[in-house]
Amino acid sequence: MKDRITRTEIGPMVDPQLLQDVLGEALATGGEFAEVFVEDRRSTSALLDDGRIEEMASGRDRGAGIRVVVGETTGFAHTADLSPTGLRAASAAASAAALGGGDGVREVVLDSPSGPPSAVVDVLPSDVAKDRKVALLAEANEAARARDGAITQVTARYADSQRRIQIANSDGLLTGDRQVRTLFSVSCVASGDSGLQTGRESVGHTVGFELFDRVDVGDLARRAAERALTKLDAVPAPSGEIPVVVGPGGGGVLFHEACGHGLEADLIAKSASVFAGRRGEVVAAPGVSLVDDGTMTGEWGCYAVDDEGRPAQRNVLISDGELTDYMWDRLRARKEGRDSSGNGRRQGYRYLPMVRMTNTYLEAGNDDPEEIVAGTDHGVYVAQLGGGQVNTATGDFVFGMTEAYLIEDGQLTAPIREGNLIGNGPAVLLGIDAIAGDFAMGSPGTCGKDGQGVPVGDGTPTFRVSRLTVGGTAA
Amino acid sequence: MPELLDLAERIVGWADEGEQVEAVVVHERETEVRAYEGEVESLISAESQGVGVRVVRDGRQGFAYAGTLDSDALAEVLAEARDNLTFATPDEHCALAEPDGVKPAELDLYRATLVDHPTEAKVALALDLERRTRAADPRISGVESADYSDSISESAVATTTGILATGRETGCFLSSYALAEQDGETQTGFGFSLGREPSDLDVEEAAADAAERSTRMLGAVKPPSGRMTVVLDPWVSAQFLGIVGGTLSGEAVQKGRSLFADRLGEDVAAPLLTLVDDPTDPAAHTATGSDGEGLATRRNVLMADGRLERFVHNSETARRAGTVSTGSAVRGYSSTPGVGVRAVSVAGGDCPPAELIAAIDDGLLVQGVTGLHSGVNAVSGDFSTGAEGLRIRGGALAEPVREFTIASTIQKMLLDVLAIGDDVRWLPMRAAGVTLVIGELTVSGV
Repeated sequence: MKDRITRTEIGPMVDPQLLQDVLGEALATGGEFAEVFVEDRRSTSALLDDGRIEEMASGRDRGAGIRVVVGETTGFAHTADLSPTGLRAASAAASAAALGGGDGVREVVLDSPSGPPSAVVDVLPSDVAKDRKVALLAEANEAARARDGAITQVTARYADSQRRIQIANSDGLLTGDRQVRTLFSVSCVASGDSGLQTGRESVGHTVGFELFDRVDVGDLARRAAERALTKLDAVPAPSGEIPVVVGPGGGGVLFHEACGHGLEADLIAKSASVFAGRRGEVVAAPGVSLVDDGTMTGEWGCYAVDDEGRPAQRNVLISDGELTDYMWDRLRARKEGRDSSGNGRRQGYRYLPMVRMTNTYLEAGNDDPEEIVAGTDHGVYVAQLGGGQVNTATGDFVFGMTEAYLIEDGQLTAPIREGNLIGNGPAVLLGIDAIAGDFAMGSPGTCGKDGQGVPVGDGTPTFRVSRLTVGGTAA
Repeated sequence: MPELLDLAERIVGWADEGEQVEAVVVHERETEVRAYEGEVESLISAESQGVGVRVVRDGRQGFAYAGTLDSDALAEVLAEARDNLTFATPDEHCALAEPDGVKPAELDLYRATLVDHPTEAKVALALDLERRTRAADPRISGVESADYSDSISESAVATTTGILATGRETGCFLSSYALAEQDGETQTGFGFSLGREPSDLDVEEAAADAAERSTRMLGAVKPPSGRMTVVLDPWVSAQFLGIVGGTLSGEAVQKGRSLFADRLGEDVAAPLLTLVDDPTDPAAHTATGSDGEGLATRRNVLMADGRLERFVHNSETARRAGTVSTGSAVRGYSSTPGVGVRAVSVAGGDCPPAELIAAIDDGLLVQGVTGLHSGVNAVSGDFSTGAEGLRIRGGALAEPVREFTIASTIQKMLLDVLAIGDDVRWLPMRAAGVTLVIGELTVSGV
């Protein structure tokens, strides 16, 4: 059952002639650049909690965002009304917002539709009966509870989205994409003498329902249960600076925060990043190569074109310790007289695009993961990181550990309780002293910036940071 | 607004025999201006609307929403919700809210003056904020963002059970994010002002706060690790109080996800702590007369003199607990009603913050925390967050410190509250802030 989408569904969402007219009118007040971004997103989610299928929900969001750039100013308006009247009203609002001084309509001629084809989806989630989605939840619930009687609560969530976008701009660009994402997560609570503990596992890919041909939700649920159970015996985390080893697939968040955000060109342009003005310099230890790659087929942060119509790219940010490039959207790239790197993204049509990461990963090295642990006298091993946050101007960043262990005399010993770690991006990058060859992608994430969330992926092999501050409570 | 209610009632009128239908309709207009280097970087003028429909039949609920109020979409949303309910597990407590006779507080949350405020004046506010932030101190090297934003929102809820509720409110917000630089080192600071209409806004205060919070961090060092008396400033305490409020949701309690589940009536906090959730307080920026199910919001005392008094409920969790809703259903149009606090505050003490600091010989004032989403586990109570602030030595503020964490458990921190300031202040979140002195937190630095 390959790609059952019909021809009418992949046709233009809004008639190109109308887009041309709307763009022309958007430039009526003297704008240099205008863009129409059209989006149609359908989503389904189902939630099992407390042993019951509590809810199945469906959502539909459809509309267009129009922006007009005049000088340094961007005007933006959006509408849920895709009729000629609705689009023209939004276009007038956007051009008024840009406060230009011109008059009259400028003619825009759109090229033929172009851009890479959308990813092939084997099984569109909308073609799958809802009871099959619900059955997955029940399976996960049973598997987690069967793991151990100490598992006292299970929440399982299924979610899919089918997002179609169409982008036209006054440079003549006309392109689009269809992005299908499917996600499944399980959260468990374990109860014991030490109180309550939680464990979570999730899997998400830019694919359709075929995700479940290769993912066993029972296994996922058992891993979530195991994580909660393990923490019932957890000891307080250390407090202070010690070596930290991060396991394969578990540590992408560290790079996302330590330098990913700091390499976004909008923050660079405002000197709000510690990495501003440092292209060509050594910013990380030898062997550290960091890549942001929106073309990784099927990964959570991938797409054919970004939300400005630019094809996704593989961008090398740091090569063997040297800062090679930042990430760019159209606005920032245009000011520098270069091309966007395909990192212009937005949460939806109601938002302006900005520079965002896609799938960010640390390339594999040559060290042996077991030797990295064995060579660590006293430290912390983080098997799974939670979220994180960074102040790009100072470089200080935090990230949570949701599964971690003490390393004593080169051995993993007691599990430790949850908490944050804190470090400074440039110092941590230089302090990476071992990188293994066991690369793995991590869990699907949602990256928040300036009030907008977008799906991102990450990956790392096992690696070690020589010193990081672990924020526990142990003396 | 009558139109929104009409729309909601129209959908409810399509209910079939034997089913309950609830429609939530929302309309919002927003303006956002960002200034940068004396120019408008972006101006967003947005209007959005949406509808969420819940259908309950035989103890099963289904839900659907759409980000539009187009007539053709409404019937589709209802049909989707109806289809979705067939997949739910029947539950005797699953039903829509019923009118409970509690009259909603009459809150004056809407200002025509904001609606009529010209865009040029909003632009001028953002530009003025940026200019004043830059001018506040010679060490301010830039302003990452200086924003004016506002929203005018209206909503209506109608149900087949007889609920009819409407609400409308305005809000506006100024925020400045300053960059301070000295000897090649950069620090950041945030300042804001908020209100219901532009005349409530204090540009100078927002600019001065951003400048002071950034410049006073210049030269910050990493503190040594250890246990210490920590003062949380209002901005920080409000974030923690919001999290504490979240642990008191009836849903979390019933589902075995609250660390306070079996502790009603027990002393869970220091005796000086009284915690109230009161969305009927018009001073709260999150104030609202009716909750997500259309029931009247009310003043709920959560903790009195350190004793745990109550959990908050929506109609479903109340039914399950054999009690009545506390008017605490929280939701947007794109989700079903959850349970949560809206406007939490602690009863203020009688000491100005400066006096509280003067009484501390060796401690730390925390002015900002990061990583609350990754470092606080509201189920186990463990928390550890990134922090920045100033050392307190001999009763006075001393050198700035950064790149450290503060950690404890929610349970222990509540018991460790030593003193409360007299500076209760509503903030742009579900809680008010106040200066709180915590007897002991673990500081992890060098």
